Amino acid sequence: MNTTSSAGYAFSFHGAALCALGARALWWPQETTLIASDLHLGKSERVARRTGVSLPPYETRDTLDRLEGLIAELSPKRVICLGDSFDDDRAANSLGPQDKARLSALMQGRHWIWVEGNHDPTPPPLGGEAVAQFSLGSLIFRHIATPQGVGEISGHYHPKASLRGQSRPAFLMDRNRLILPAFGTYTGGLRSTDPALTALMEKQALAILTGARALPCPMPR
Amino acid sequence: METLPPQIMSWFSSRGWSVHPHQQDMLRRKDDPATLLIAPTGGGKTMAGFLPTLCELADGRHDGLHTLYVSPLKALATDIKRNLTGPVAEMGLPIRIEDRTGDTSSARKRRQRADPPHILLTTPESLALMVSYEDAARTFKGLQRVIVDEVHALAESKRGDQLMLALSRLQALCPDLRRVGLSATVDDPAAIANRLARHPDPCPIYMADPGPAPDIRMLDVAEAPPWAGGGAAYSIPAVLEQIRAHRTTLIFHNTRAQAEIFFHNLWLANDEGLPIGIHHGSLDRVQRERVEGAMVRGELRAVVCTGSLDLGIDWGDVDLVIQIGAPKNVKRLVQRIGRANHRYNAPSKALLVPANRFEVVECRAALEAALAGDLDGDPLPPGPRDVLCQHILIAACAGAFAADDLYAEITSAGAYAGLTRPEFDACLEFCATGGYALRAYDQWQRLVQHPDGRWQLRDPRAAARIRMNLGTIQDTDTLKVRLRRSRGGKPLGEIEEGFAATLTPGDTFLIAGQIVRYEGLRDMTVEVTRNAARKPKVATFNGTKFATSTQLSERILRILNQDHWPDLPDHTAEWLTLHREVSQMPRAGRLLVESFPHDGREYICAYGFAGRNAQQTLGLLLTKRMEELGLDPLGFVASDYATLIWGLEPVQDADALLDRTALREGLEGWLAENAVMKRAFRGAATIAGLIERNLPGQRKSGRQATFSSDILYDTLRKYDPDHLLLDITREEALRGLVDFGRIEDMMDRVGDRIDLLRLHRISPLAAPLLLEVGKIPIKGAGVERLMAQEAETLMRASGLADLAQ
Repeated sequence: MNTTSSAGYAFSFHGAALCALGARALWWPQETTLIASDLHLGKSERVARRTGVSLPPYETRDTLDRLEGLIAELSPKRVICLGDSFDDDRAANSLGPQDKARLSALMQGRHWIWVEGNHDPTPPPLGGEAVAQFSLGSLIFRHIATPQGVGEISGHYHPKASLRGQSRPAFLMDRNRLILPAFGTYTGGLRSTDPALTALMEKQALAILTGARALPCPMPR
Repeated sequence: METLPPQIMSWFSSRGWSVHPHQQDMLRRKDDPATLLIAPTGGGKTMAGFLPTLCELADGRHDGLHTLYVSPLKALATDIKRNLTGPVAEMGLPIRIEDRTGDTSSARKRRQRADPPHILLTTPESLALMVSYEDAARTFKGLQRVIVDEVHALAESKRGDQLMLALSRLQALCPDLRRVGLSATVDDPAAIANRLARHPDPCPIYMADPGPAPDIRMLDVAEAPPWAGGGAAYSIPAVLEQIRAHRTTLIFHNTRAQAEIFFHNLWLANDEGLPIGIHHGSLDRVQRERVEGAMVRGELRAVVCTGSLDLGIDWGDVDLVIQIGAPKNVKRLVQRIGRANHRYNAPSKALLVPANRFEVVECRAALEAALAGDLDGDPLPPGPRDVLCQHILIAACAGAFAADDLYAEITSAGAYAGLTRPEFDACLEFCATGGYALRAYDQWQRLVQHPDGRWQLRDPRAAARIRMNLGTIQDTDTLKVRLRRSRGGKPLGEIEEGFAATLTPGDTFLIAGQIVRYEGLRDMTVEVTRNAARKPKVATFNGTKFATSTQLSERILRILNQDHWPDLPDHTAEWLTLHREVSQMPRAGRLLVESFPHDGREYICAYGFAGRNAQQTLGLLLTKRMEELGLDPLGFVASDYATLIWGLEPVQDADALLDRTALREGLEGWLAENAVMKRAFRGAATIAGLIERNLPGQRKSGRQATFSSDILYDTLRKYDPDHLLLDITREEALRGLVDFGRIEDMMDRVGDRIDLLRLHRISPLAAPLLLEVGKIPIKGAGVERLMAQEAETLMRASGLADLAQ
C-alpha cells in the first residue's frame, strides 16, 4: 500500500474493510471510495460576515490542498463528503472563483456525493449528487449519528481524543457506528470525554487518533 | 564662565551652591545642535539639562513652546515637574511648566495643543500623538530645545526609535531645534550620541564626575544557596539584617514573579514589622504611587523592586542596594548600584546575592567586571521597520506628504541613517496596501497617492483608529490565577492570556513556584487547585531579557578554569572540584557535550555559555536534529550556560548532531512553526498597524488578537513568504528571544573542537538543570513512539484489540 494508507489503521466494520487515515479521512479500498467529513469550506468568509473580524480565506485553500493531496494519491472513483462541507449555504455560493475551479477539477470524472449537514442543508450549486443520506453495501452514511444507527458512518461532532497528554482529532468507533473527525482546517473539536459522545458511544468504543500515523486506543471517557 | 541671568545667579548663591563643571559645559555648548551628558543619577543632571532653557526664558520674551522634555516614564515627567517648578518659582522666573502623559485629561491636552506652555514634559508616545495632529506645526512653533532624559534606556528600545523619528518630524517643523541627551553610565556613549543627534550632526559628549568607586560585595550568608531556582529564599535572614543596619535599602530582582515571592517571604520573617514595600510594573498605579510617596517621605526601610525602579526617579536617602540573583549584565548592575547614595563623595554600597550555586560564580564574575569598569553591551541594531511603518501612518494622519521628503526626514534619524530607498518604499507600500497577499482587503488599503504624487489617508476617518493604536509598548494581556474556593484571597500570579487559552481542565503548570491544576476560567480569573504532580504537564517557551551577556559569560569561563577557587565560598569550590574530577570543566573555544543515562532516559548536556535565550534555541535545534537522526528526543531545558536534552536513544556522534549547515537549515524550518515567531509577528504586526488592538468602542482581547494574528501569520507564510512583516519578524526573532546570533558566535569560537564525553551518571554541573523550571516537551517521533506503546498497551489490556479485526 502507499504511504498515506500505511500510516492508516485498517479494520473491518460491518463486513467492510476500511482504513482510518492519519490525514483525517476514511478510505474504503474495495469501493475505491474516500470519505471526508466537515470540510467547513468558507469558514473565514462566514466569520467575517457575522462578526466583522475579517480573516483571510486561506483556510479554505488549505483544506482543498489536503483534499487534493489525498485524491492525487488514492485516485478514488467516489468521494463522499459527509455534511457541513460548507460553513453555511451562503459560503457555498460565495466561494472564490479560484477555489470553485479547484473543487470542480477534483470532482471531474468522479462520483461525488454531498451528504447534507446542519450547516449546509441546501444542495451546493457545484454539481455532484446532493443527498440527505447515502447507502453503500452494508453501510449508511449520514451527517449526524442516530442512537439506533447500525453500520452507520457520520461526522458532525469533530471528535478529539487525548493520549499521553496529546489531544488530536480522532475517529470514534464502536460495534454500530463510526464517527469521523473534521477534515476542515481551523474547525476546532469536541473531546471524547464530552457527555454528548460518551452517551452515544458504547462502553467498548475505540478512538483512532489522527496524525503522522493513525493510533487506535480505548476511547478516553 | 557663562554669565547667568541675575535671578538664577542669586538663587544659586543664596543656597551657597556653585554651578557644577558639567552644568557649565552644557551652558557653554548650549548652541550646539546636539550634546550628550553622561552623569550618575543625582548629581544635578536634570539641572544641567534645563539650565540653558531657564537662561533663555529668563527675560520673559519667548512666546509659546521653548523646551520639550521627554522621558521614558510618566512618573519621571511628574517628578521632574515637581523638581523644576520649585526652583523656577523661587527664582521668580516667568516660565510655565506642564506635563502631558497618558494620564492628562483630554480637555487639558487640547488646550496644550492650542496654547502650549514654555516647557512641556512628556513621553515618547504622547509626543508621537502630538506629532500626528494636523496642527502640529502650530503647536511646536518656536520650539528651541528638546531634552531626552534616560536616553540610554530609550536608545535600546523601539520607544526610542519612535521618539527619534518624531524628533525628525519636529526638526523639519523647527529647523533650529537643538537636542540634549541625559544618560546614565553606558559602555558606548558614541552609539547613544549617534542615535540622539540629527544625522550627520556632530554630538559632543560630556561626562560628569562619576564620584568614588562603588563598594560592592557578596552578601555573607551562613547557609549555602540551593542548587537551582531564582528565589534566594535562603538569604532572607541575612537580608533582613542588612535592612536593619541601613536607613533605606533597595532590593532589586530580575523578574516580577521573583520579587513577589521574595517580598512574601520577607514579610513572613519580618518579626519586627519593619516598613517594607514592593514596587513593580504589574502593580496597579495607585499601589505604586503609594509606595513612591512613602519612599520620598522616608517612611520605608526597604523596597523590593524590579526594573521599574531602574530609571532615575530620585528616591532620596537610599544607602544600600541589594541585587538578588545574578545581575546577568554588568551595565545594569552598575546603573542599579548608582541608585544608592546620591551625595557627592560617598561611595555607593551594594551587595550581591546569588540565587543558586551557579550564580555564585556568576555574581563573582559580575562583581569583578563592575569593579574593573568593564561594561558589556551589544552594538545597537538598525532601526526596526515596524516602528517605521507606524511612523509613516502617523505622518499620513498629520496630512499629505511627499515620499522623497519623508524619506529624507527619516534617514536623518541615526537609527535609520542606513535605510535604503527600496526598504523605505516597501514600508510605504505596506502602509498603503497591506502587501500583496492582503491587497484584496479593504481594511488594509489605507493610503492613496494624489495626482501630484503626494500620499494621504484614503479615508480621513482612519486617523482616529491609527492614533488609538499608536505606540510601541507591547503589554501582554494577563489573567489572574487564583486557587479555587479562595475568592477574594490573594491571587497566585498572572499568566498570559494566550497561554491561558491553550489550557484545558486537568492541565498542570507551574506558577509562583508551585504546580497547580487548571480547573476553569471564571470572571476572567484562572481557577486552579494545588497539585502534587512531580512535573508540570505544560510548559511555555519563555524568553527572557535577562540572558547572561557575552562578556560576563567569558569571565565566568575564566573563573571556572582557575586551578582553585580561593575567592569562592567552600560549598561552591567543592562542587566545582567534584565536577572536574568526574567530568571536565567547560573551556573557552571548545564545546563540552556530556552524555549519560539517568532515570530510564538518555541525556546530553551541551555547555555553550551563550545565554539563556540562545541555549533555549540550541535546545530546539538540537532536538530537531536528533529527530532527523532517529534519536527520539522527548524534551529539553536550558539555562544561561547549558542545554540539557533527554530522549530515548543515546547520542554517539556529537559532530553529526552539531553540523552547522543542518542546524541553520533547521533554524529556518523550526522558526517558521515556533510560538516565539508567532509572538514576534504579533508584536510587529501590531506596531506596524496590521492588527488593531484598539477599535472604537471596544478593545480586542489578547486572545482574539492572538487568534487573528496566528491566522495572518500562517497565511502570509504560505502565500506571501516575502511579505515585509515576515521579514521584520525573522529579523527580530533572530536578534531577540531566539538569539541565533550568539549560537553562531559560539560555533565560530568552537569550530570543530567539540568534546563528547560519555559518563556513567549525571555530572555535578548538569544536575541542577534537572531542577530548572521551564522544561520544553518535544512533540516528535519520541512522543509518537511512547504514544504508540501506550496505545498498544491499552488495547491489549482492555481486550479491544480484537474488536475491529
